Amino acid sequence: MTQNSAAPRSFQEIILRLQSYWASKGCAILQPYDMEVGAGTFHPATTLRALGSNAWAAAYVQPSRRPTDGRYGENPNRLQHYYQYQVLIKPSPPDLQDLYLGSLEAIGIDMDLHDIRFVEDDWESPTLGAWGLGWEVWCDGMEVSQFTYFQQVGGHDCKPVSGELTYGLERLAMYVLGIDHVMDMPFNDPQAPIALKYGDVFKQTEEEYARWNFDVANTEVLLRHFEEAEAECAAILAQEHQDPKTGKRIIMAHPAYDQCIKASHIFNLLDARGVISVTERQAYIGRVRTLAKQCADAFVLTEAGGHAA
Amino acid sequence: MPDLLIELFSEEIPARMQARAAEDLKKRMTDGLVEAGLTYAGAHALSTPRRLTLAVEGMLAESPTLREERKGPKVGAPDKAIEGFLRGAGVAREDLEERETPKGPVYFATIEKPGRPAAQIVAEVLEDVIRNFPWPKSMRWGAGSLRWVRPLHSILCLISDESGATVVDLEIEGIKAGDSTEGHRFMAPGRFAVSGFDDYQAKLKRSSVVLDPAERAEAIWQDATNQAFANGLEVVEDKGLLAEVAGLVEWPVVLMGQIDDQFLELPPEVLQTSMKEHQKFFSVKNPKTGRIERFITVANRETADNGATILAGNQKVLSARLADAKFFWENDLRVATEGMETWTEALSNVTFHNKLGSQSDRIARIAALAREIAPVVGADADLAEQAAKVAKADLSSEMVYEFPELQGLMGRYYAEAAGLPQDVANACEAHYSPLGPSDDVPTEPVSVAVALADKLDTLTGFWAIDEKPTGSKDPFALRRAALGVIRLVLENDVRMRLDRHFDTQLVRNEVASNGDLKKEHAEDLVREIADHGVFGAAFEAAKERLGDVPGGSFSSLEKKVPDTSVDLLAFFHDRLKVFLRDQGIRHDVIDACVAMPGNDDLTLLVKRARALEAFLKTEDGENLLQGFKRANNILTQAEEKDGVEYSYGADAKFAEDTTETALFEALETSQGAISSAIEAEDFAAAMGGMAALRAPIDAFFEAVQVNSDNQVVRRNRLNLLSQIRQVCGQVADLTRVEG
Repeated sequence: MTQNSAAPRSFQEIILRLQSYWASKGCAILQPYDMEVGAGTFHPATTLRALGSNAWAAAYVQPSRRPTDGRYGENPNRLQHYYQYQVLIKPSPPDLQDLYLGSLEAIGIDMDLHDIRFVEDDWESPTLGAWGLGWEVWCDGMEVSQFTYFQQVGGHDCKPVSGELTYGLERLAMYVLGIDHVMDMPFNDPQAPIALKYGDVFKQTEEEYARWNFDVANTEVLLRHFEEAEAECAAILAQEHQDPKTGKRIIMAHPAYDQCIKASHIFNLLDARGVISVTERQAYIGRVRTLAKQCADAFVLTEAGGHAA
Repeated sequence: MPDLLIELFSEEIPARMQARAAEDLKKRMTDGLVEAGLTYAGAHALSTPRRLTLAVEGMLAESPTLREERKGPKVGAPDKAIEGFLRGAGVAREDLEERETPKGPVYFATIEKPGRPAAQIVAEVLEDVIRNFPWPKSMRWGAGSLRWVRPLHSILCLISDESGATVVDLEIEGIKAGDSTEGHRFMAPGRFAVSGFDDYQAKLKRSSVVLDPAERAEAIWQDATNQAFANGLEVVEDKGLLAEVAGLVEWPVVLMGQIDDQFLELPPEVLQTSMKEHQKFFSVKNPKTGRIERFITVANRETADNGATILAGNQKVLSARLADAKFFWENDLRVATEGMETWTEALSNVTFHNKLGSQSDRIARIAALAREIAPVVGADADLAEQAAKVAKADLSSEMVYEFPELQGLMGRYYAEAAGLPQDVANACEAHYSPLGPSDDVPTEPVSVAVALADKLDTLTGFWAIDEKPTGSKDPFALRRAALGVIRLVLENDVRMRLDRHFDTQLVRNEVASNGDLKKEHAEDLVREIADHGVFGAAFEAAKERLGDVPGGSFSSLEKKVPDTSVDLLAFFHDRLKVFLRDQGIRHDVIDACVAMPGNDDLTLLVKRARALEAFLKTEDGENLLQGFKRANNILTQAEEKDGVEYSYGADAKFAEDTTETALFEALETSQGAISSAIEAEDFAAAMGGMAALRAPIDAFFEAVQVNSDNQVVRRNRLNLLSQIRQVCGQVADLTRVEG
């Protein structure tokens, strides 16, 4: 192993080591998607790129938001805003498990001292119309990653199949660094002239967002935005494939998918505000899924989606 | 004779699927071999998280040659017919044999199917088994189209005998069968070759893999109990968990850890569930206090620090989990001591079923019914109603949200914390019971009332919206609910007319599913049912008083409720048959008793059935049944022929024979005894009384011809037979008994 085998000292070092590890394994290191999403899977580099026949290999950090998980920064490991590390390789290589274990070594987990286990955990995203089989990976009884072979996305069979790895970065880093409360975790090097802890960066924002998410967000506005995003998505996809201005075939799968992401996040906010009843919940999830499916249908007609021109 | 060894090596197979998959591999493989003519002496299948293994011993080296003779056309038949026959049989003309038959000379062909080597057959069967394996869920991976439970990496397929081992020539989607496998992922990485099953199992063990799941489970249990015992503690037995954990490791290492003191005050069930569900830990309890004080975790490897790092990590994860549980427990206790209103109110926002309203609607129905049932089961009506109202409150608690399997149990803890009467608290837990056929049935009256009301409401509700079980589909577990009612009634000796409660609860559920129906009208009808006991009369009374209820909803009840109620009772009788059949009571015996009035009183019905079953096993009973059937047959035929019913007027004065007179007397004597026994529901005594009729009936048929030429005598005798039918039919409808 060419990686630095000494124990990492900060949250960011763990991220940097994952970045360089997966870069060394040939992944394109992408940047986070510039929209609010609930999980790294929503990044079009996963959701859309898992579709179609083109090969793909990408890794990236994705800031993720789960409004209902907000605890005003007080809970040792629950946050409404956190980071996921996401790897997607299509087709899934035969040695993906070994590649994954290598990434744990790269961040300082000594395979000779720890007990790593692959425990059945099938993944399903009702909002994305997606599912796959795989495991949650345990390190000494703690879930450190989600490991999934995508079978369907947006209602389309994945052919070839993508292998997806998702690391919950805060939890993983707390484990590796031996930290009990997320806010106490060193964000940068503790020896740095200006040493910052996770709490220095995020404690205040957790409070602010928790208050807004739970009690202040204007639900009428959110409901309207949801409807607008839904309508815009449909309107985009209803356009002719041929652009009248350039004469080119331009199917706007990504702009449409942005609206789907938007609707999904607004739904999460409404859920946190407690204005969605149990029965309505299913209906909203169904509406977002319909958008995701339509975007997937559109994407597979594009070049990146494997459509032969 | 050769042995066969197969190993299918993959990424981690879900623990719950391993045992079944090993059995499927064995069955499908050996079935396929035998079908192709390869018989064998023995086979066994084993599994670890990463492999399914099958060892077949004493298999034929090749399939036997098969000869089949086929009869063809007559000698001299048109060429076309002969050629067609040759094509079908796959033989040449010169191979045909002419044989004399009674219809003249005929061509015969002998078709020979030569035997095939085992390797060829094994390759074909194994490919078929792999491609069609019955995984509960399977997947594709990479760019291939093969399906397996998780990516399949290698196939080991070896036929071995005294002269050595041969790899079977087989390739599936780029995976070529070989003679090698891998050991433990971390403790012994790398491939090695094997020469047969014994060599394979031994080398695996050297490579830190225990192949046999039973051996792993046994080792885990031994080690766990020893470690606990050494500390004066004992492991809480959990066979399901043991099997699961044995399916998560190839090299089990048992580690015992401490539970932080701050969590020891949590209810033991919460500790146990949290540890089991999230961490797959065994609970270790102090036998003196009953408290759970430690945990056992099973790692998949040995380490240089003897598991210290692993145990510390597990302990830390557990503390985080239990901190959550403690947080839920403390929050819940606060709501509970405030009276649980927050929870009961929250249930109005929870849909029970979209046609049957919210959980609170349902709870209100159950509470009303529990109140009505209470006096029947000896419970205080107020307590039963109160218990029904809070019994499901814990569904809103944080603990039950996290651990749904703790529903009911948490209800009891929280009701106790709220200072509710103990009967009420107990009902919170007990009202779900019995869940399965082996589950204990509640016996405390308040619990019985709520348990019955809960299940009857569920059944009438789903019957009202026509969501009945069909075939193997029973998504709402209605068969289980009906069996629960049956056991609650029988085991507590409850005397209850189900019919009336069906009607009442159907009306209440109609309100939920039919928006046009006014609740006050329905409750009016429910009161009338209570007064009249019969739906028809109650409906008439309610209609008369309410006048013309606008809209058709109310009058639609007139037909729907009785029809649905009858259908539901028939469902109960079916379930009762299944239940009693397991206890050795014949279905025709039950049918005979179901045909009697009052068949919605299950305790009464079963009393009859047990008495009849016992009676039919005696010689008297068997003979009386024959006598009864003879009497009934003669009588029925005569009634059909004459077009009249012979039902009264038999008079001893027309008796001609002494046996006839004796039968008159016997009937007269026994009638009184039988009637009073029936009155007292002592069906055994009633049947004993009937048994006394056996000798006179036998003697009568021996001596007398019923269909006498003298019409007066004949009519009198037929009326006498009718008395036998009437007397013997008081416990059960004997015409329905077979034999």
